[in-house]
Amino acid sequence: MKALCWQGVNELMVERVPDPGIVNDQDIIVRVRLTTTCGSDLHLLGGYIPAMRSGDVIGHEFLGEVVEVGSQVRTHKIGDRVVVCSIIGCGRCWQCEHGMWSLCENSNTKPGITDMMWGGDTAGIFGYSHAMGGYQGSHAEYVRVPFGDQTAFAVPDGVDDMNALFVSDSAPTGWMGAEMGGVRPGDVVAVWGCGAVGQMAARAAMLLGAERVIAIDHLPERMAMTERHIGAETLDYTRTDIYAELKERTGGRGPDVCIEAVGMEADGPGALGLYDRAKQRVRMQTDRPTAVREAIHACRKGGSVFVLGVFAGMVDKFPLGALMNKGLTLRGAQQHGQRFIPRLLDLVEQGELRTAHLATHTMSLDDAPMGYDMFKNKKDGCVRAVFRPWV
Amino acid sequence: MKRAVMGAVTLGGIGMGTMRWLASRRTKEKAYREASRWLMVTVNRRPEEVVPEGRLPEPLARLGDTIEVMVREAPGDRGTELGARPLAPVPSGAEEVMARLGGTDPRQAVRRALRESKCLIETGEVLRSSSVSGTRRPTPAGALVDMAARRAGGEGRL
Repeated sequence: MKALCWQGVNELMVERVPDPGIVNDQDIIVRVRLTTTCGSDLHLLGGYIPAMRSGDVIGHEFLGEVVEVGSQVRTHKIGDRVVVCSIIGCGRCWQCEHGMWSLCENSNTKPGITDMMWGGDTAGIFGYSHAMGGYQGSHAEYVRVPFGDQTAFAVPDGVDDMNALFVSDSAPTGWMGAEMGGVRPGDVVAVWGCGAVGQMAARAAMLLGAERVIAIDHLPERMAMTERHIGAETLDYTRTDIYAELKERTGGRGPDVCIEAVGMEADGPGALGLYDRAKQRVRMQTDRPTAVREAIHACRKGGSVFVLGVFAGMVDKFPLGALMNKGLTLRGAQQHGQRFIPRLLDLVEQGELRTAHLATHTMSLDDAPMGYDMFKNKKDGCVRAVFRPWV
Repeated sequence: MKRAVMGAVTLGGIGMGTMRWLASRRTKEKAYREASRWLMVTVNRRPEEVVPEGRLPEPLARLGDTIEVMVREAPGDRGTELGARPLAPVPSGAEEVMARLGGTDPRQAVRRALRESKCLIETGEVLRSSSVSGTRRPTPAGALVDMAARRAGGEGRL
């Protein structure tokens, strides 16, 4: 079959690879209909996630049709249209049973890597390096889905493919930031990043009752999209002092909940942004925490900061003093998708949540290297490039 | 004056010797603690499901009499704490590094068996990785990732 393979830093290639098959009795095989780029793929591309191997198939946000089921699969049958959570979860370990699916204790077949790095192993993720299990990614014609009953979800007839696609990862990630960040009716919520995840976090905050949602970015097309499709206010960090602006808009308090949806390659104005970039370039820090720092400083006393952006290792100049003295709650996670996907599919079906606008560019899998170039370099207003492997 | 200097030198020598002896004793104690440390997983099942009628889960049973096993109920209704440790001496220091890189550290097999046992008991099967990939270029960085991936089942802070 055809698949998009990582071949080195900033080097992608469409290759012929073996078709996947059933390996475990609870596997399903999905014929991929739509699969999309994600900001977190850019960290793989840029070489910031060190456990990539040439030939690895990338991609983790996808939708397709079940074409084969293992003997122990109970929920799905051949022909089902399914959206697949980017996180692989067994559903039966303590973490999964408590809704912490991205901490699944059984789905990472190479647990020693993250266990050594972070003092605890995390769940397997499709196409997201050998640290996350070394699973084949979704930018391919077919994908093996382990724990198929727990990892794939039937898409209701009333939901079209493009709207369901983003329920695989962007929508549940955003929802998690708002829900686990503790958004309550009447809150003011600030979201750093107007990419797909940031937009979904902003929409989730609104659906959870936030009085006011303010999203921060510097790309005019993404900010316009956030205003138009999500209904959030936006701020351009290159044109205004974010702290002062947020203080002014919140009566001097600061946002109740701050959601960071940027990650380890954050840009930032001023000397600190340059400092982060220089230190990361010479590998003296692995991640650039610009947006996290800003969120911590901007958050109201006693408020909550949720980190949705992907980070891998160490950061410098972390404002621990502000975190402690302002009595903040700081949380973060890879998405616990299985916990939110059924509800999100309902919301999409009811028209409360719309996601299809995120797919700014649709193309065949053969054009995927070009799609990543557009996505990475924000060409032509690209928010997400979506690939159709069978076109 | 000469006697005072000699006394100071003698006292210094005794002090340094004592410190070295204490450090060596601490190193030995630490090595002994590491060698006898239980490797543990918590299985989200009752003890009678983890070791029904005293039978060990198959991945641990395969290690036979090369290991010692302990089972106890986890607090807070979290299931069962399952532990194991190799009976053979475990390497330390530089020897340990070489053994871990070479895949011959006996704790690696124990960690792998514990993880597989947990997965088998909780989900009914041991999850296997698949090998769908494109062209693998032979690079030094790639060789490192390959080695880390091969050892990953038996490594970590477990």
